[in-house]
Amino acid sequence: MVNTILTIALGFMIAAIVMAVIRFFAGPRTTDRIIAFDVMTISSLSLIAMLAWFAQRSIYLDIAIVYGLLSFLGVIIIARYLEKGL
Amino acid sequence: MELAGAIIVLLGSVFLFLGALGLLRMPDSFNRIQAGTKASTLGTLLSLAGLIFLMPGWWGKLLVLIIFIILTNPVSSHVLARAAYHIKTPLTSKTVVDKYKDEANPEMDNHKTEAS
Repeated sequence: MVNTILTIALGFMIAAIVMAVIRFFAGPRTTDRIIAFDVMTISSLSLIAMLAWFAQRSIYLDIAIVYGLLSFLGVIIIARYLEKGL
Repeated sequence: MELAGAIIVLLGSVFLFLGALGLLRMPDSFNRIQAGTKASTLGTLLSLAGLIFLMPGWWGKLLVLIIFIILTNPVSSHVLARAAYHIKTPLTSKTVVDKYKDEANPEMDNHKTEAS
């Protein structure tokens, strides 16, 4: 029962990542691409946490922490670069 | 207990899905920022909280992740919206009010809307 519900949740997360990738490639402006990147990495973070439950290994959560940190730094750096240059 | 955790995770993944759908369907960069970041923040929070119900031994790392998401995701959204306004991203043609132009810097001409 729990396994079935979590598999359905995994499907929703993968669909969210696929739609963010579509906006990433089709976005008419740079800000659309950056926001698609943000949504993509946040969805991937919860996907990694779900995979940690499926594999029963808590070491994967450390990968999720580092992934979120890199996503935040990437968005901040690109936004500052767009605003006034590095 | 485990069933409640699984239902919370499912609710969070539905929020992630709706946020990405709004990312596809909104007409404007600012609307996309709103739809994408708010919904994905709530969805990730609910997913990680449901995982705390599922595996109570992992509460430390999951709590660190939740606090990190709460602190960083609105900051990145705000910086991105500010940068998008300052490089004169065109608003949609259905825009009603633009208070940032009216109050802070009335010389900015951001009202040349694009037809989309």
